[in-house]
Amino acid sequence: MIRAVFAALLAFSVPAQAEIAIKEVTSPGGITAWLVEDHNIPFTALELQFKGGTSLDAPDKRGVVNLMTATLEEGAGDLDSKGFAEARDALAASFSFDSGSDSVGVSAKFLTENRDQAIELLRAALVTPRFDQDAVDRVRGQVLSNLRSNEKDPGTIASERFDELAFGDHPYASTGDGTIETVTALTRDDVLAAHKAALARDRVFVAAAGDITAEELGLLLDRLLGDLPATGAELPTEAPWLLTGGTTVVDFPTPQSSVFFGQKGVPRDDPDFFAAFILNEVIGGGRFTARLMTEVREKRGLTYGIGTYLVNMDNADMLLGQFSASNDKVAEAVQVVTSEWKRILSEGVTPEELEATKTYLTGSYPLRFDGNGPIASILVGMQMDGMPIDYVTTRNAQIEAVTMEDIQRVAARLFQPETLHFVVVGQPQGL
Amino acid sequence: MLGRFGAGIAVALALTLPATADEPVTTFTLDNGLNVVVIEDHRAAVVVQMIWYRVGAADEPAGHSGIAHFLEHLMFKGTEKVAPNAFSGIVEAQGGDDNAFTSWDYTAYFQRIAADRLELVMEMEADRMRNLRLTEEDVATERQVILEERAQRTDSDPGALLTEQMRAAQYMNHPYAIPIIGWRHEMEQLSRVDALDYYQRFYAPNNATLVIAGDVQPDAVRALAEKYYGVLQPTDGLAPRERPQEPPQLAERRLELADERVSDPYIFRTYLAPERDPGAQKEAAALTVLAELLGGNGQTSVLARALQFDAQVAVYTSAFYDGTSIDDANFGVAVIPAPGVTLDDAEAELDRVLAEFLKQGPDSAALERIRTQVRAGEIYARDDVETLARRYGEGLSVGLTMTDIEGWDEALSAVTEDDIMSAARKVLDRRNAVTGRLTLPATAPTDATPAEVEPAAAEPSVAAPEVQE
Repeated sequence: MIRAVFAALLAFSVPAQAEIAIKEVTSPGGITAWLVEDHNIPFTALELQFKGGTSLDAPDKRGVVNLMTATLEEGAGDLDSKGFAEARDALAASFSFDSGSDSVGVSAKFLTENRDQAIELLRAALVTPRFDQDAVDRVRGQVLSNLRSNEKDPGTIASERFDELAFGDHPYASTGDGTIETVTALTRDDVLAAHKAALARDRVFVAAAGDITAEELGLLLDRLLGDLPATGAELPTEAPWLLTGGTTVVDFPTPQSSVFFGQKGVPRDDPDFFAAFILNEVIGGGRFTARLMTEVREKRGLTYGIGTYLVNMDNADMLLGQFSASNDKVAEAVQVVTSEWKRILSEGVTPEELEATKTYLTGSYPLRFDGNGPIASILVGMQMDGMPIDYVTTRNAQIEAVTMEDIQRVAARLFQPETLHFVVVGQPQGL
Repeated sequence: MLGRFGAGIAVALALTLPATADEPVTTFTLDNGLNVVVIEDHRAAVVVQMIWYRVGAADEPAGHSGIAHFLEHLMFKGTEKVAPNAFSGIVEAQGGDDNAFTSWDYTAYFQRIAADRLELVMEMEADRMRNLRLTEEDVATERQVILEERAQRTDSDPGALLTEQMRAAQYMNHPYAIPIIGWRHEMEQLSRVDALDYYQRFYAPNNATLVIAGDVQPDAVRALAEKYYGVLQPTDGLAPRERPQEPPQLAERRLELADERVSDPYIFRTYLAPERDPGAQKEAAALTVLAELLGGNGQTSVLARALQFDAQVAVYTSAFYDGTSIDDANFGVAVIPAPGVTLDDAEAELDRVLAEFLKQGPDSAALERIRTQVRAGEIYARDDVETLARRYGEGLSVGLTMTDIEGWDEALSAVTEDDIMSAARKVLDRRNAVTGRLTLPATAPTDATPAEVEPAAAEPSVAAPEVQE
């Protein structure tokens, strides 16, 4: 590829390793957390994840965990919505609350100089949220506005239709935001019940990074989480997979079609996971040189961007992808994706591609750990995925260990052109 | 920057990401005119290289809208040393990532890579500053890509279309009226010669700022910069960036864009507003604080309290301002009415609340909380060296000095109630403003596509709304 070797290229050695020390901290009250202590900057990033998330919703209460999560910051203890926001801003703390299909997440940043006050405030939001009726109604209005907007967004329509076709009556089949009907009907009591069900100590994962010691973190966690219920609602079970190959077209008046495609993937704890991870990177990973970017964008100019993702949810494993292409070009783009699926299945990857992909994946990994915020977020994700605490030091070796034989074998297992399903939202020609 | 403004409503405020760092910052200039900024952060063995060219969409020749952004794409094509489309692959093979972005005032390229590989990306970036090779085929294919990009970012999003139309009305004389991505009919005509003319003139060491941020030593960066960038020839006779300026704006402009892809109709208004100027950023600081007071916080801001809490007029309100530009900026407000509230009523309420604010002034406790957040923002900002690199690169590219950039937090903290009120009185004047409404068509349209889209007539391919094959 390179016509003249760059002088600078000759000096390189092996890729850098992630140089962070992760400690496991157990609080006096028995809550465990992973911590990276770094006293360079006087603040702490704290990440919490409560397993379950919007999949805890009963079908007729769809959207309640989302509404509950979005209302956590709207008043707690003695403070109403405005009072809570004023108190938070006066401390210059930031809290964000987010619900997903598998978890409710809390991201917090707070200064060392007023850490205890910030934690008192966050504790109030988690343990004694008010869920005042007017706040619930106001946030509900925003959720409904988003739902109406999603109904007219081709990308969202595509991914939601895909889930609906794939997951039958499992919660994954519908958006955790709920429907206009279910969200309109939710009551304050529903929100209170969702709070009890979703935020419990038996399902929380914790990570922190920054200006805090292990001992300080332990005490902080007992204060923050100690008064949450010990147990919450039963977690959802394995999702079915009902999709077969083919194309679903959803008519929508837009000049450019949005496409969402996918098939079943490989579990995170499967021995073949890293081979599958490399294969995904080759065909559609985050690089400009991935095969689909090369074939669909660089060579043919059919799209602005295309990517694929190995997605591991608690109860489903998928290989998904998406792109947009003008209505008169989308059929060709779909055809190129399908033929790339067949090509990698029959030809696998070249030794050069395998090497280049390994170098990218191992070289880029340490670059992720470049701040308290990113580190805390990665650490909580590792725990959610069930990874051991030394994962950051073994991960690159696991990628290096993948052989050409592994790749050929796993390609035959992973890529299934006959089950690959496309949802196309737009007015595609020739589909 | 060419990025999504969402419905013209999602807004990032500069307050929480101030421009200064406690980390050491070093600057120097090479003999050929290249400015270099080094920001040290030794916590992780990572480095970011950014090269900022002082040229953007507002510097395009008339009739060639989109050429700045198109060239940005073409810069990944190759040089004498780098094979076509191989640039990103070489960076990725070392575990790095790279990308680029274009604004009205600048075009920037960056790589993020392990600190011990800085030399490679400096050599490559310097190489493509002067040695780009383009074939007709590269240009033809990439033109399709930018047309798809326009379709994805703009034509598929009625909010983006409204914002584009509003901007064209906001600037009556200044080239900020042009969309960065370009108007479709002009994008279709952009040629290899257009791109190379623009490239040869503007991509030069004396028209660029290099920012290196991360686990690096300034002396080592200087040696590498001399070695790779120092040998490049400057462009002679680069003119100062004097664009046609706005005349006095005497008449409010009002636009309505109806599109059946709209869910909740909304009101979006922009006012022409002063920008940060070298040595004079007090007014811009006041406007930044004003935006935060009016619409920065969903629970405490003036618009949220009045329109979402005291009365249920709106489901969402917002105010924003970004004054980091060479010429006149925008101050914006947006309201999504609650169901059952008409756009007329929502706009009347918006104007009533703004008028009231102009009489009463800001709540001093709210102002004090903003000052606290500015101070804390300096601490949080140190956690993200890439964002700091952007602040320096952007500021220097629009003509601000290091003193301006590093004094921005202080300027924000020093804003008084009087500063806010005089800036507000000057800017919140509807004669300076464009008021846009995004609505649903009154009756179902027969032509589904509001934007000019495909040259070939689109034929409906399915009779039923949904077909599974």
